[in-house]
Amino acid sequence: MSNPVIQARGLTKRYGSHVAVDGLDLEIQAGEVYGLLGPNGSGKTTTILMLLGLTERDAGEIAVLGLDPRRQPISVKRQVGYLPDSVGFYDEFTARENLRYTARLNSMSDGESEPRITSSLERMGLAEVMDKRVAGFSRGMRQRLGLAEILMRAPRIAILDEPTLGLDPTGALEFLELVRSLKHDGITVMLSSHHLHQVQTVCDRVGLFYRGRLVLNGTVEALAREVLGSGWRVHLEAEGENVAQALQAVPGVRSVSAKANGHDHGNSHAGKSSGHWLIESETDVRPALVRAALAAGAEVRELHMELASLDEVYARYFETRGAGPHAVGGQS
Amino acid sequence: MSNNVKREGSQFAGLAPVFFKEFSDQLRSWRMRILEVLVLIAALGAVFAAAQTMKATVAENPFAFLDLFTSAKQPMPSFVTFLGFFVPLVAISLGFDAINGEFNRRTMSRVLSQPIYRDALLMGKFLAAMATIAVVLLALWLVTTGLGIYVLGIPPGGEEVARGALFLVVTLFYAGIWLSIAMLFSIICHQPSTSAIASLGLWIFLTILWPIFGEYASQAIVGPVFTPMDQVKQVELSAALARLSPGTLYAEAVQVLLNPAVRSVGSVFYSQIQRALIGNPLQLTQSLVLVWPQVVSLLAGCCALFAVSYISFQRREIRA
Repeated sequence: MSNPVIQARGLTKRYGSHVAVDGLDLEIQAGEVYGLLGPNGSGKTTTILMLLGLTERDAGEIAVLGLDPRRQPISVKRQVGYLPDSVGFYDEFTARENLRYTARLNSMSDGESEPRITSSLERMGLAEVMDKRVAGFSRGMRQRLGLAEILMRAPRIAILDEPTLGLDPTGALEFLELVRSLKHDGITVMLSSHHLHQVQTVCDRVGLFYRGRLVLNGTVEALAREVLGSGWRVHLEAEGENVAQALQAVPGVRSVSAKANGHDHGNSHAGKSSGHWLIESETDVRPALVRAALAAGAEVRELHMELASLDEVYARYFETRGAGPHAVGGQS
Repeated sequence: MSNNVKREGSQFAGLAPVFFKEFSDQLRSWRMRILEVLVLIAALGAVFAAAQTMKATVAENPFAFLDLFTSAKQPMPSFVTFLGFFVPLVAISLGFDAINGEFNRRTMSRVLSQPIYRDALLMGKFLAAMATIAVVLLALWLVTTGLGIYVLGIPPGGEEVARGALFLVVTLFYAGIWLSIAMLFSIICHQPSTSAIASLGLWIFLTILWPIFGEYASQAIVGPVFTPMDQVKQVELSAALARLSPGTLYAEAVQVLLNPAVRSVGSVFYSQIQRALIGNPLQLTQSLVLVWPQVVSLLAGCCALFAVSYISFQRREIRA
């Protein structure tokens, strides 16, 4: 897995004395969904604008698909779709007319663009409103129209800035599913957000931003392991005696704790304990846990591993550093 | 990291789509329709009033059609006075929200992330507004000429048509100046209301206050007038200052182009006109020579102001 489509080295941007992006190194692989996460004002949008060549960088090197966005902005922009933070469209135009204008700016002929406009609007669930004026569109519809615009252009990379901002939770999840679907078209997706829990499900890898620097970078699980110490939290539901002791004896297990179960709440100290256990371990001990439970004569009902949440990773990271990010999960 | 990198591709890629979109937006906008109706009523009124006074003398007048545009009948100002007033208003209303309007609608970063340069957007908007003004002016001129034929009962002569066409071109340059000013403010100011007030304020200042200010300034600079030469000096300084306002340049250019009898735009000595046939019309080329400096200054001002807006737009941070 070494086919980077976006590479940045020592990327720096200053606004007066304020350093917005501070020596950033970033690498995004072809075909992945990468999440650029961090609180507001941590330099995400500035980084994106520099990648697109819309803002001049002060120092550092960028290669987008091997091109320098400062020297070859047109070639870069032709292959990169961008959905800005709270995107706007021309209200007096219909959805279709807005995309037609974009197609013309991309020097597509109307004959070439028309079927692509229709199919991308349909795919984004805007089939019924494609000939309605954008003025009446909700925020979620505008975001989907923005994604349809990207889809119509069929770029190699899609950069989405805060795509779920201002969407209700259901709308945000639906939207992220659509984002995920870009991946199947072979489009590399980079998205920025401060809603960590929303995007962690769609991102293959994430980078955590703080004050213009990438402080953490990797898969959500890897980050959790790195920051939370024990990355593995396994929930086991089993019925039987002495399950806790058996689980505790499994090599690698750090702690076993009983979790109260709804229906047999007062029953947990009875001889035959039926319960829900939370096991924290250093390695993936799931097979060993099951074997141990079975050996102890218990009936295993359910086993699942908890994926550490990014919110927790982020909060914990700054706790240990003593520098609290004031706006994790921020507004809304 | 050298900045003298040659740019890739044409800066005019995307110019045509921007131009046609903006052009159709302008022509369809309510803002433009209101102004069109206003200008049309004013122009027709002025021409009709002028025609009423001219009817009696139209047979002796070789340039009846030009007089139609320049003569005023109380309380109605002349057609050109109206245009001198309305053209900046139209130009400002077409340009004051050109750039900050895109930022406010949050369309700017989306449009600029398409494979075009910023040049195409600014140039397309400027040219579309100019084309809109040109269409309006041409329509207005044709309507008033038609009305003139109807009321006066004679068609315009060849020279009158040529002078009329030149008048339109000069008016377009004049509009270009105000359009550039309005667009410059739309780049500098973040709110369209601020840029509208700034443009209108500058217009009022240059059109109404500046000539008065120039008069006082020239008196202050030249000092007490003792000799006729002092008087001349003061008048010439005052005229020079007044010409810093595009309105003055435009008024002078129009006055000469539409009135073949005008032989000078400044003060003249009696000796200079001793053998001249006062009131005898100048040839078109001679009139043109007379106002060449004004015409070129208008065009140059338009280009210079556009260049300033161009540079400030290139430097404008895209982040809203």
